Amino acid sequence: MRSIVNYFKDIIFGLNSLVTGLKVTGHYFTNPKEIITQQYPENRDTLQMFERFRGEVVLLHNENNEHRCTGCSACEIACPNGTIEIINKKVDIDGRKVKALDTFVYHLQMCTMCGLCIPACPTDAIKMANTFEHAVFDRSQLTKVLNRPGSKLMDGVK
Amino acid sequence: MEEIIHQELESQEYFINMGPQHPSTHGVLRLVLSLDGEIIRKVEPHIGFIHRSIEKMCEHDSYQQIVHLTDRMDYLSCHINNEAVCLAVEMGLQLEVPDRVKVIRTIIGELTRLSSHQLWWGVMGMDLGAITSFLYGFRDREMITDIFEETCGARLTMNYNVPGGLMFDIHPNFQRRTKEFITHFKKKLPEYDALLTNNVIFRERTVGIGILSKEDAISYGVTGPAARASGFSCDVREHHPYSYYPKVQFKEVLRTEGDCFARYQCRIDEMWESLSIIEQLIDNIPEGPYKAPTKAVIKLPKGEFYQRVETARGEFGVYIISEGQKNPYRLKFRSPGFSNLSALDHMARGSKIADLVAIMSTLDLVIPDIDR
Amino acid sequence: MKALYDFSILTQSIHMWLSDRYTPAAVTIIEMVLVGVAFMILFAILGLVLVYAERKVSAVIQQRMGPTRVGKWGTAQTLADVIKLVLKEPIINKEADKFLFNLAPFIIMIAAFMAIAALPFAKGLQALDFDIGILYVIAVSSLGVIGILLAGWSSNNKYSLIGAMRSGAQIISYELSVALSLLTIVVLTGSLQLSTIIESQADGWWIFKGHIPAWIAFLIFLIASTAETNRGPFDLAEAESELTAGFHTEYSGLKFAFFFLAEFANMFIVCAIGATVFLGGWMPFHIGHWEGFNAVMDFIPPIIWFLVKVSFMIFLMMWFRWTFPRLRIDQLLTLEWKYLLPINLFNILLMALVALMGWHF
Repeated sequence: MRSIVNYFKDIIFGLNSLVTGLKVTGHYFTNPKEIITQQYPENRDTLQMFERFRGEVVLLHNENNEHRCTGCSACEIACPNGTIEIINKKVDIDGRKVKALDTFVYHLQMCTMCGLCIPACPTDAIKMANTFEHAVFDRSQLTKVLNRPGSKLMDGVK
Repeated sequence: MEEIIHQELESQEYFINMGPQHPSTHGVLRLVLSLDGEIIRKVEPHIGFIHRSIEKMCEHDSYQQIVHLTDRMDYLSCHINNEAVCLAVEMGLQLEVPDRVKVIRTIIGELTRLSSHQLWWGVMGMDLGAITSFLYGFRDREMITDIFEETCGARLTMNYNVPGGLMFDIHPNFQRRTKEFITHFKKKLPEYDALLTNNVIFRERTVGIGILSKEDAISYGVTGPAARASGFSCDVREHHPYSYYPKVQFKEVLRTEGDCFARYQCRIDEMWESLSIIEQLIDNIPEGPYKAPTKAVIKLPKGEFYQRVETARGEFGVYIISEGQKNPYRLKFRSPGFSNLSALDHMARGSKIADLVAIMSTLDLVIPDIDR
Repeated sequence: MKALYDFSILTQSIHMWLSDRYTPAAVTIIEMVLVGVAFMILFAILGLVLVYAERKVSAVIQQRMGPTRVGKWGTAQTLADVIKLVLKEPIINKEADKFLFNLAPFIIMIAAFMAIAALPFAKGLQALDFDIGILYVIAVSSLGVIGILLAGWSSNNKYSLIGAMRSGAQIISYELSVALSLLTIVVLTGSLQLSTIIESQADGWWIFKGHIPAWIAFLIFLIASTAETNRGPFDLAEAESELTAGFHTEYSGLKFAFFFLAEFANMFIVCAIGATVFLGGWMPFHIGHWEGFNAVMDFIPPIIWFLVKVSFMIFLMMWFRWTFPRLRIDQLLTLEWKYLLPINLFNILLMALVALMGWHF
């Protein structure tokens, strides 16, 4: 007798639990306003990334095409993957040969976005940008030169 | 008579390669199953498909650079992995980090645990055939990844810890967003119970499946929620507290059944515990610096340093042998997934293919954590 | 019944028009071709609509948007999928049994075609009105399992074989429940003819008139028919997380599309049978003696009534699928043999008692 009671108890408990589950999904089916999907390529204009988001390394330039990189290679040393290559040149300042930045090569394809280069920079020349659409058709395009042509060191930065 | 029939019908064992590409191995794990009909006779895991020799790479990286490699091991509890390396280095340097750092590390560590468990919950449902739970789990996880992105700068591989503290201070919105998440998630967690925990089919699929006794759990070196479901009290936060855990009120979740359902319940209860830990700390973040001053080039003194932490999967250990250089002489990670996987064969024998899927998802394997 | 929307007038007139021009043998052949083409078009439309519906329903349940890109609200998404499947390379496993491998999808489709022939869509809109309509539909709809078994066996893939064997065990068991739950209503109607069953519901659907035993039968029918179509919590034959794709692991391109289409066609067929037997088929909804209300209800075409009822049943099945976890094979058989079958047998007795004592409405 008891087993028969248990048999029906099982059925009722089971059906009840199934209905509870159906209620949850039914709630979302009847409330389509709670959908949280972002329509990505359409919302490109309004899409706001968080300011700290690490997308790629950029060398900051001001409106006079001046940057703050002295070519000290601190970021190159801090980088765990060999992503950054600093090529220096010698320039004449007041008759003295001074080391200065020639090319700031950045291999995006090797970057793990760990952000270790940013605190390593003594002159705050580089920054992590928010861009994230890095797809290109050719791998060689991922190797970037970050200093703009004709740019020079900002005055007073050592 | 019965014996004769049995002899006549005795079937032959056959093998199935489950993986390296299979929907429920969650990565590139290859299981060679020895089957009799649908009944599993033996499970032989083959690992190493994504071995990246992280331990070897660590040997020629500086201590700051090692941290970001641990993100790529157990990517679901990456903050806790980072913390383990940082704690080991700080132990070597005998560096006392500010309280603010400890509290923030604890909060983000618990958020990481929550996000890992949310993903696990979704994937567990999907492995058992309830695909909807996967998206609900991800929906709630999205709020945590947003918090991470705002404060740490990345959603998954955060690399927020540096030896001595944090990379930068928390974002001004951090506390508000975390509180919003807590109120949101407290409403959604009962939904998890309604959808899976109390579901009769789910119970049928998990109760009494893949039983692991306490003794076996200890001898296989199983840790984390999987071992605590067998009654093995092994929570590192409780027994060898680190960061701010000594001053937080929480109780270790223990169950004695040792089956899939107990492991499931353990993780669900841990989510409640994590929420309560965050609630205790979120309003009491002490003021102070976010980083203890360290030298630009960190050199550990000669010696051996071991630090263990509790990740979402179990006990994670970092063992550094230093020769006094700026990089370690040898570095060994004790990853929870590796030893948890070793118990799979023991648990799965005699059960069906469908049970194997349930057992694997309750072990919560992350393959990069196993292969390193 | 009123003569409003009687399709037999239309079909009769076509028949007469053909008979005037051709010999009886030619008329039969032309009519068969016409009906065949009509069902093929119906299948194509069913596939397009149901796949889209499933994607949208699952999306909303899971708080997603579903397809939105192709066409307005993604309505052309299925069409794009079809084009993709047609253009795909048909890969055949090297060690596969080629003849059976190619035959299997057609067997499944033929089973679905045979079953749909007996369905009454509206008054007079029925290809074959057998005396034993229900028996025929049950018998034919279970032929599909042969296709699944063939597919699993001929693929030379262990996953496929396991899936096919599971499916065989499953469908053989659950056929009993489907048949018995339908028989429960046949006790009341006293006829196996589908058109007669519908006519008998003119004053109320059996799910209302048969009260408690009819509700139990309806519930069992829902569960068993979900299992028979390999859907929802009973999709063990495919069991994505265990067997990758079960019996159709090795299929690609158009042959895979046949399996896919057959799944949805089968779903439509079982839902149509359920709607016919329990929910009154194309009969409008009537309430007692509210003449005005009933007249308004009569004004809605019967084919709309039929489709609304079928879509309600289909929605229920989709709702199940996107809520519940999957059962294990032994639990699936336990559910059938230990729960559904005994309850079903008892329920038939109860229904017989109700029918004898005249306790139904």
